[in-house]
Amino acid sequence: MSAAALAQVPVVAPDDHHARLRGVTRIFGPRNGTGVHALGPVDLDLRRGEFFSVVGPSGCGKSTLLDVLAGLSFPTAGTAEFEGKPITGVPAGVGVVFQEDASFPWLSVEDNVAFGLRRSGVDGAEIARRVDYALGFMGLKAFAKAYPAQLSGGMRQRVCIARTLVMQPRLILLDEPFGALDQQTRLLMGDELLRLWRETSATVLLITHALDEAAMLSDRVGVMSARPGLFIDVLDTGWPRDRDSRIVSHPRFGELTAHLWEKLRAESLKHLRGS
Amino acid sequence: MMRHILGPVLVILCGLLAWEVLHLLVANSSLPSPLATFVEMGVLLRDPDFWKQAAQTAQAFAVAVVLSTVGGIALGVLLGMKRLAGQVAEPILVNLYSLPKVTLYPVVLLIFGLGISARIAFGIMHGLIPLTLFTMNAILQLKPVYRRSAAVMGLTSWQTALRVVLPAILPQVITGARLGVSLCLLGVLIGEMFAARNGLGYMVTHAMERGDMPTVLAVALIIAAVALAANGLLLALDRSRQP
Ligand SMILES: Nc1ncnc2c1ncn2[C@@H]1O[C@H](COP(=O)(O)OP(=O)(O)O)[C@@H](O)[C@H]1O
Ligand SMILES: [Mg+2]
Repeated sequence: MSAAALAQVPVVAPDDHHARLRGVTRIFGPRNGTGVHALGPVDLDLRRGEFFSVVGPSGCGKSTLLDVLAGLSFPTAGTAEFEGKPITGVPAGVGVVFQEDASFPWLSVEDNVAFGLRRSGVDGAEIARRVDYALGFMGLKAFAKAYPAQLSGGMRQRVCIARTLVMQPRLILLDEPFGALDQQTRLLMGDELLRLWRETSATVLLITHALDEAAMLSDRVGVMSARPGLFIDVLDTGWPRDRDSRIVSHPRFGELTAHLWEKLRAESLKHLRGS
Repeated sequence: MMRHILGPVLVILCGLLAWEVLHLLVANSSLPSPLATFVEMGVLLRDPDFWKQAAQTAQAFAVAVVLSTVGGIALGVLLGMKRLAGQVAEPILVNLYSLPKVTLYPVVLLIFGLGISARIAFGIMHGLIPLTLFTMNAILQLKPVYRRSAAVMGLTSWQTALRVVLPAILPQVITGARLGVSLCLLGVLIGEMFAARNGLGYMVTHAMERGDMPTVLAVALIIAAVALAANGLLLALDRSRQP
């Protein structure tokens, strides 16, 4: 079954969208057919305040999709907007957490967390207040004066999340943020992410390769095909807003994960066979 | 604290011991003993002529260091920013650098004459390229996620250069500068040894022609001490930035 033969599911919610992609396509390199068609055309509406996850085989264009929303990369075709305005650069109000460790090794934890704020013209007292809150929220208070090299990978990723949090983003994009962490740490970080999402009432887009993570954390999960990435399914999880990792023992968690795997199995095989 | 000092002290003691043994083994006149050398050093340090020569060398060295540091960093940044240019330039620079530079010295002399500028040029020839390569590679190896993070935190490109790129490449630039400083000194001294009527390098060659080995060794020792001190200073500077 080829990607073209799959009925593409438009992930559209016309009523209250926060970010909107229409026909977004990204082709790397020359457009004469020899370039890499990485993504799309994709239609996607993120509802205000929802937790939306994207799963898909590696190389299917998930990071490319995130880059378009973050204003770090521009679509070859199609339109992207955030809060009703076309995305022409990094939009104010969007925060990003990357997969790689992005903490700055030459700054202490608190200076890392304050970094973006200090360049944004917020006054000193407010910076101190927000940094203090973010450090507390992410359990980093005791490490405020430490340097990233002294922290574990999980702690460093917390620093990066705190650094995004202090900017008070209304849309938080996370690109496989827990990919490098072990399973237990990932579950706990998932809980923190849920807490953060409830507390800030931001819209969250989480890219992950872990189906259980998507099933546990999200309101909706979009499943992408192998490259060029298209949405082939969208799943409503129906979880209550105040959920946490303990829902893994709920029978529906197993059903959701199984459903996601069923959708993804064929696509992952394609990737494995290198098509 | 004690342990920090103990290591170097032991190394120095072993070195002196080996030197003394060598002195006893080799025919007396060709390798002076440590004691004779230190006595000569004392004489030199009180000799105004020595200080005149040292000032010559220091002047050429200082100018060469400043020019090759500024030039090396500027060139490295330029090549690092233009990825393609950097990739083309790297093998050229490496090959250029591996040329035995002494063979080019006559050319340098033809261009600059016998004065101090030839020695400065020769110092720069030694010091510039390593620093250029270190700086360029530091920029090429910069984790892309640093710049992406800066962009999503709304930094302008000027702020990104100053607040992210600069601190990220600083450790490698300082390493390159340390290397560059030592090599500049080497270049200047070689320059003085081959074609000059003053400077410490000339002093060494001149003493060698006279068979005055204590002077040769004493000058060499003083130069080594200065080089080590400069290196130690830069190392301390590097360490002081670290957590
Ligand atoms: N800058 C680029 N130039 C060329 N090809 C790229 C570039 N970035 C990504 N790609 C290709 O586009 C496809 C999608 O990449 P990506 O969005 O990173 O996938 P994912 O995040 O789902 O693993 C991959 O095949 C990748 O090799
Ligand atoms: Mg990716």
